[in-house]
Amino acid sequence: MPSLKDLKIRIESVKSTRKITKAMQMVAAAKLRRAQEAAEDARPYAERFNAVMAGLAASVGGSDSAPKLLAGTGNDQVHLLVVMTAERGLCGGFNSNIAKLARVKAQELVAAGKTVKILTVGKKGRDALKRDLGDHFVGHVDLSEVKRVGYVNAQDIAKDVLARFDGGEFDVATIFYAKFVNVVTQVPTAQQVIPASFEAAEDGAAAGTADYDYEPGEEAILADLLPRGVATQIFAALLENGASEQGARMSAMDNATRNAGDMIDKLTIEFNRSRQAVITNELIEIISGAEAL
Amino acid sequence: MADTMQFDLVSPERRLASLPVTAVMIPGAEGDMTAMANHAPTITTLRPGVLRVESPEGASEYLVTGGFAEIGADGLSVLAEKAIPMDQMTRAHLDELIEEARATYKTVQETDQPHGLVEDAAKLLADMEALGTHMSL
Repeated sequence: MPSLKDLKIRIESVKSTRKITKAMQMVAAAKLRRAQEAAEDARPYAERFNAVMAGLAASVGGSDSAPKLLAGTGNDQVHLLVVMTAERGLCGGFNSNIAKLARVKAQELVAAGKTVKILTVGKKGRDALKRDLGDHFVGHVDLSEVKRVGYVNAQDIAKDVLARFDGGEFDVATIFYAKFVNVVTQVPTAQQVIPASFEAAEDGAAAGTADYDYEPGEEAILADLLPRGVATQIFAALLENGASEQGARMSAMDNATRNAGDMIDKLTIEFNRSRQAVITNELIEIISGAEAL
Repeated sequence: MADTMQFDLVSPERRLASLPVTAVMIPGAEGDMTAMANHAPTITTLRPGVLRVESPEGASEYLVTGGFAEIGADGLSVLAEKAIPMDQMTRAHLDELIEEARATYKTVQETDQPHGLVEDAAKLLADMEALGTHMSL
């Protein structure tokens, strides 16, 4: 049975924990709004880009001279998994969900006799995968110094990935990130970026692009745009991830705050009971002392 | 009254402009072109340069680097990797861009990469420097 003093200390400590989680929740909410805005702002570019690329890819894709980034290297022996997670923890299952998806995929590929290489973005994903898949790591991108993820960051990652591709280090690249659905739901997602697969636009849009004049030629444009496409996809994923992270943290901290509240209630009841018990005890002692006289 | 068309200028990070315009001068990879309403559908890549937009409300200029322009039946969209409104452009900004281009040029030269990257980078650098003169900064 903890003493009254112990209980009091416990209650105080849980109270300050609640204050911290509450503050973190509010910070996450503010950041979430900004992250969502950023994701929103980036959408028009990505949408237009994909529409144009889908049209181009449809008209050039069939030919033998299609760029490698689109057509692939011809085999799928070596896979590069780009695992994008957060730099910080305390955001519920966010990091571990992405890591779990990547781990399952990696193990599948290994079981199928493929070679797996892993590039991690964000510290938490690297930590989570280090034990099982540490020897597959080929690189790590640290974004902990970055306050606000910009297109430049995506470009840097894309450059790294493309340099490896040009160097023949892998055949297929897949990025792992969490898609933001709403504050409580983030879906870990795997998306193949090389060879590029563009969601076929609706028939109307695809047919519309067919009569474009291309300057320079279609293939030159495609060769110019494909690397940008990789950067665009990575950027979109980074932004989704950013919003997801804040959303996950917000709901995790909301839960923590509520749990702390429950705990305070429970401890307070326990504290009051023990206090009562002490008082009752003292009374009994006094009364029985008086009776003995 | 001249016909107008819808013009969108978007960078990966945000939408910079969306308005009806009468004419847009695009720094295309194979030469400048001016797009007006009912232009033939065209897609062109951009070189670093100045994008001049003429709308009924007045003209505005943007510095764009990389990306492409899509002229369709319903309007013109420019997807620029980087786009800066001209009135926010400063010498320091440009120096930064030139420095970036120079760095690319250097790394490309050192690593001796294939597919004409060296020429591309050299061209980029030249374009950037020409841009500075053009803007008389």
